Amino acid sequence: MRIIKSEEISNAVKNLIIHSSINLPEDTHNGLKAAFEREISEQGKTVLSKILLNAEIAKNESKPLCQDTGLAVFFVEIGKEVSVEGKNLTEAINEGTRLGYSEGYLRKSTCDPISRKNVGDNTPAIIHYEFNDGEKIKIMYAAKGGGSENMSALKMMRPSDGKEGIIDFAVETMRSAGPNPCPPNIVGIGIGGNFERSAILAKKSLFRKLNEPNVDTELAEMEKIIFEKINNIGTGPMGFGGICTVLGVHITKEPCHIASMPVALNVECHSHRHSEIIL
Amino acid sequence: MSPIKITTPLDDEIILKLKTGDEVLISGTIYTARDAAHSRLVKLIEENKPLPFELKGQIIYYVGPTPEKPGEVIGSAGPTTSYRMDKYAPLLLEHGLKGMIGKGKRSAEVKESIKKHKAVYFGAIGGAGALISKTITSSKVIAYEDLLSEAVRKLTVVDFPAIVVNDVYGGDLYEEGREKYKNKYSK
Ligand code: SF4
Repeated sequence: MRIIKSEEISNAVKNLIIHSSINLPEDTHNGLKAAFEREISEQGKTVLSKILLNAEIAKNESKPLCQDTGLAVFFVEIGKEVSVEGKNLTEAINEGTRLGYSEGYLRKSTCDPISRKNVGDNTPAIIHYEFNDGEKIKIMYAAKGGGSENMSALKMMRPSDGKEGIIDFAVETMRSAGPNPCPPNIVGIGIGGNFERSAILAKKSLFRKLNEPNVDTELAEMEKIIFEKINNIGTGPMGFGGICTVLGVHITKEPCHIASMPVALNVECHSHRHSEIIL
Repeated sequence: MSPIKITTPLDDEIILKLKTGDEVLISGTIYTARDAAHSRLVKLIEENKPLPFELKGQIIYYVGPTPEKPGEVIGSAGPTTSYRMDKYAPLLLEHGLKGMIGKGKRSAEVKESIKKHKAVYFGAIGGAGALISKTITSSKVIAYEDLLSEAVRKLTVVDFPAIVVNDVYGGDLYEEGREKYKNKYSK
């Protein structure tokens, strides 16, 4: 059994968080550059060029890309041959979150849902665990902003709604979201599982790299159709009008109940901050 | 068209010149407030108590910046989504507020209020907080420090970039822009 100290995990998490807040990942950067080339609206092009300039400033001045440095979301894969010494894994990740958001001068955005009192250290992190063989721990992190998260939706659809129903749901959700989630966006869609599982699948879809094709050809086709339809809405960068409303559509599916067809859509903004580490 | 330079406080003469789609560069003093601060400001107005700053002719910027590092004026400071302030905005406009900076759609009531009280809603680029922070030359918390990043700040800005979304004539850039580029992706 391989042993990892919990401090090592907290430290890695802290570094992931600080790094992600100021460095736009390569896939996002390329996606935005491609959008800049494609965009036909003058206003849209200006917005995209400013977003790219913002990324440059953020990197050069070690300043957060966006003031909403998000809730800390993690997908963690744990090998069966590894064990954590010291704090348990959840505590270790939360400790890393605490350190990352304070030492990185990032905004603390968690609060009590009713009183709205700020927790003060951006915990608790949202953590999803998966288990596999091997002796490693893989930690995938995303800073998830509230503006885009708020435009997300979940629908328990009828099986008879079929693929068309799913496509319509995705397009209509993005039509009503309009300028609010800071387009151009990335859309993660989870189909199947059950109520909560579909939402997790939608979130997980956002972790797929932007240029990486879907291995499932049927889903890849649906992604293409949804991508075109949303870009035909006309929302454009920041909603000022244009043809680049989404940079990518990512779908994941899993078996569901014979009576259901849960579909969740998670909206992500152009400030698509994610990174991972294997320990 | 090159951007229009405007300076706060805003008066009707400036407001009437601004049209949906105009790019502007704002200079002068502006104030920050998000949901929690708005709810307190509105409560003060309802109770006939003085506000922490004079509303007349002013602009409120919907922002909750990241904490500034030592030596920095302000952290990253881009706009937050405006619809959360829709409930409070009409009362502030009635009491003299002339401009709002944020991102995203406004309600029908807010748009009506903008027309009625001669005001303007500006859109800034969401997610460009590092870029925007470079136009902020001073920042001071003047109220509600307990709200942390949501406290009310008095900012001095120089050529803060924004675009007129809702003007006094009922224009709406989000609707007009979408109409113009509808079905233009696939030819
Ligand atoms: S939606 Fe994204 S880019 Fe826009 S303000 Fe929120 S975190 Fe920043």
